[in-house]
Amino acid sequence: MSEHARPAPVAAPFWTPGVLVLLFLMINAGFFIVARYIGGLAAVTHLSQTRPWGLWIGIDVATGVALAAGGFTTAALAHIFGRHHYEAVTRPALLTAMLGYTFVAIGLVIDIGRSWAIWKPLVFWQPNSVLFEVAMCVVIYLHVLYIEFIPVVAERFGDRIRILAVLNRILDKTMWIFIIAGVVLSCMHQSGLGSLMLIAPTKVHPLWYTPLLPLLFLLSAIAVGYPMVIFETTIATASLKLEDEMEVLSPLSRITIGLLGIYLALKIGDMVVRGTYVYLADGSSESISFLVEIIFGVIVPWILLMCPAVRRSRRWLFITCAMIVGGVALNRINVFLVAFNTPYAEQSYFPSIGEISITAGLIAGIIFMYRIAVTYLPVISARRREVTS
Amino acid sequence: MELSRRGFFKVMGASGAALAATPGKAKATWKSKAPPDAYGCLVDLGRCIGCRKCELACNKVNGLPEPEKPFDDVTVFNQRRRPDDKAFTVVNRYYTGRTDERNQPKPTFVKVQCMHCQDPACASACITGALHKNENGAVTWNPAKCIGCRYCMVACPFQIPAYEYSNPITPRVRKCTFCFDRISEEGGTPGCAAICPVEAITFGRRSELLKLAHQRIKRDPVNYVQHVYGEKEVGGTSWLYISQVPFEKIDSYNMPTRQIPKLTETIQHTIFSYLWAPITLFGILGGAMWTLNRQQITGKSGPGKEKEDRS
Repeated sequence: MSEHARPAPVAAPFWTPGVLVLLFLMINAGFFIVARYIGGLAAVTHLSQTRPWGLWIGIDVATGVALAAGGFTTAALAHIFGRHHYEAVTRPALLTAMLGYTFVAIGLVIDIGRSWAIWKPLVFWQPNSVLFEVAMCVVIYLHVLYIEFIPVVAERFGDRIRILAVLNRILDKTMWIFIIAGVVLSCMHQSGLGSLMLIAPTKVHPLWYTPLLPLLFLLSAIAVGYPMVIFETTIATASLKLEDEMEVLSPLSRITIGLLGIYLALKIGDMVVRGTYVYLADGSSESISFLVEIIFGVIVPWILLMCPAVRRSRRWLFITCAMIVGGVALNRINVFLVAFNTPYAEQSYFPSIGEISITAGLIAGIIFMYRIAVTYLPVISARRREVTS
Repeated sequence: MELSRRGFFKVMGASGAALAATPGKAKATWKSKAPPDAYGCLVDLGRCIGCRKCELACNKVNGLPEPEKPFDDVTVFNQRRRPDDKAFTVVNRYYTGRTDERNQPKPTFVKVQCMHCQDPACASACITGALHKNENGAVTWNPAKCIGCRYCMVACPFQIPAYEYSNPITPRVRKCTFCFDRISEEGGTPGCAAICPVEAITFGRRSELLKLAHQRIKRDPVNYVQHVYGEKEVGGTSWLYISQVPFEKIDSYNMPTRQIPKLTETIQHTIFSYLWAPITLFGILGGAMWTLNRQQITGKSGPGKEKEDRS
C-alpha cells in the first residue's frame, strides 16, 4: 500500500436522505418478516407446490452469492497474484462479500420452512446433495470472511479491545491460509450453485440446462467480480463525495475483458454444441430473457470494455459495469426462476409484494451496514474531495 | 499482510502430502443405489373405474384432513387435480377420444401418487438426507432431519412432494409413504391397493410386477399400449403403470431413462472425492502466492519485478 493512502473511516454525514430510504425499506421488510413467522410462507409469498423456489432463492441467495464474488477475485489478484496495486479495493470488496454472505444467510433463514433447523446440515451430512456442498462451503466461507475482516476492526479498535489485537497478531502470520481458503471455497460453491438445477433436467429450459452450468456459474462469478467492485466503488465514492479511484478501476476493467470473454466464448460454444440456438427465435419469454441476458449483459459491455475511452471515462465505465452486473444477476434469475417450468404448473409465478419487500429490505440492509462500516472502520482508501460541486 | 516463511512451508507441505495421498484423479463410476428386491405396485389403468376408494383409504390410513368434497363426489373429475399436502393420492379422469360400444366417450381414470423411484431425485437432492429410499422400496420423509429447503420439490420429476406453506414454524413435506408401516408388516399392503374393488392396483415385488405387467399387455395387445410406464422412466420406479391409452395423453410425461441424480452425483463425487480438487487448487494457489510474493515473504528482492499495468 505504498503509493496509496491508507484506508481510513470516511468522515461524511451519516443521516442523509438515502440512508433514511434504506431505513424505511428495512422496516417495511421487517413487517413482512413478522407476517411470515405468523402466517407461514403462504402468507407473504407466491410460492406453491409447483414453484418451491422463488425470488428469495433467485436474488437473495443465487444473485447475492454471485455479486459477492468481488471479495475473492480481488483477494486473489492483490494478495495471491501479487498485484499490490489493487489493494485499495480489497477492503471494500471484502466488506461487501462479508455483508453479502451474511445477508444470504439471513435470506435463507427466512426462506426455509423450519428456520430453527438451519443447523441440521452440520450434523446430518448428505454428500450426494449439491445443496449440502454449497451450504457447507458458504458456512465455512462466511467464517473465513469474518476472520479476514478482523485486522480491519483491530486497526481501529485494537488498543481498546485487547482480544482484537491478539487475534490480529496471530492472523499476521496465518492470514495467507484464510486468503487461499477463501478463494478455494468460493470456486467450490460458486460452481456448486450452478450444479443445483442440474437435478431438474425435465424442468429447466434447454437454453440454460447444460452439464456445463457449474463451470458457467464459476466463470461468470469470476468475470463479475471486478465489474461489481467498480460498480459499488463508483456509487460509494460518488455518494460519499470521495476521489474517484479511477487509477485502480480502469486497469481492473481491462482484466475483465479477458475474463468476460472466456465466459462469453464458453456460453456461446455450449449453445452451438448443444444446438439450443433453435429456441432463440421462438419468441417465448425464455428466449427473450436469454437474449437480453447475453446481448445486454455480456456482449455489449464486453465490446464497450475494449474501448480505452470507455475504460477511462468514469461515467461509461460505470454504465458498462452496471450492465455486466445486471447480466449476471439476470442469468441467476433466469436459471432459478425464468427457466424453471414444471409440467403440472397451473399458473405462472410472479413474486408477491411480500417477497419483493423482503428482498428489497435485505439489499437495503447490506447498503446500510456498508455505510456504517465505512463510517467507523478503515475500509475506504479514497480521500474526501476538498471542493464539492 | 505479512507472511511467515516457516508457517507458509509447514501448511503447504501438509497440503502437498495430502495431495500425494490422493489416488490421482479419483475414478467416479456412478452406481445405482436401487434396493435389490423392492416392493412395488402395478396400476392397471385398463381396470380402474374411477371409484376413488383408493383416495378414501389413503385419507383414512394416513389420518389426512377431511376433503372439501366427499370421496363419492364425481364432480372433482371436472378438473385435473394433483396430490398435495392434504391428499397423497388423487384420481383424474381423461377423455382421450375413445368410445364404448354405445358410442359414448369412454373415460380413462388415472391414479396419481409418489412413484417411489428406484433412484429418487428427491433423496439425492435432500440436504440432510431427510428423504430416504428404504430397502422395501418406499421413499419416506424424516421430520427430525428436514430443514424445509424444498430442494426435493425442485428435484422431483413427477412433482410429488407437497409443502405445508401455511405452517409458520414446523411445515412438513407431505407425500405418499407407500404405507411404509403397513408394508413393513408380514402380509401388509398399502391402503389403496387393499381397498381397490377391481384389483386395478397390485402390490408385490417389483420384479414380479414387471413380469405381470408384460404378461397383461402381451395378452391383450389390441387394447394395451406396449409400454410399462415406470419400468425405465428415470431409471425405474417402484410404481408401474400399464394403460390402454397413450401415456402422454394422460399427463404421464416422457421421462429420460437415465436416473435423475446420476449427473449431479457424478459431478459431485468426481470433484470432491477425497477433496482432491479443492486441495489441488489450494496447492496451486499457494505455489502462485509464494512465487509471486517472494519478495514480500523473504524480505529479499527476487527476480521478476512486479509490473504495473495500465489501461
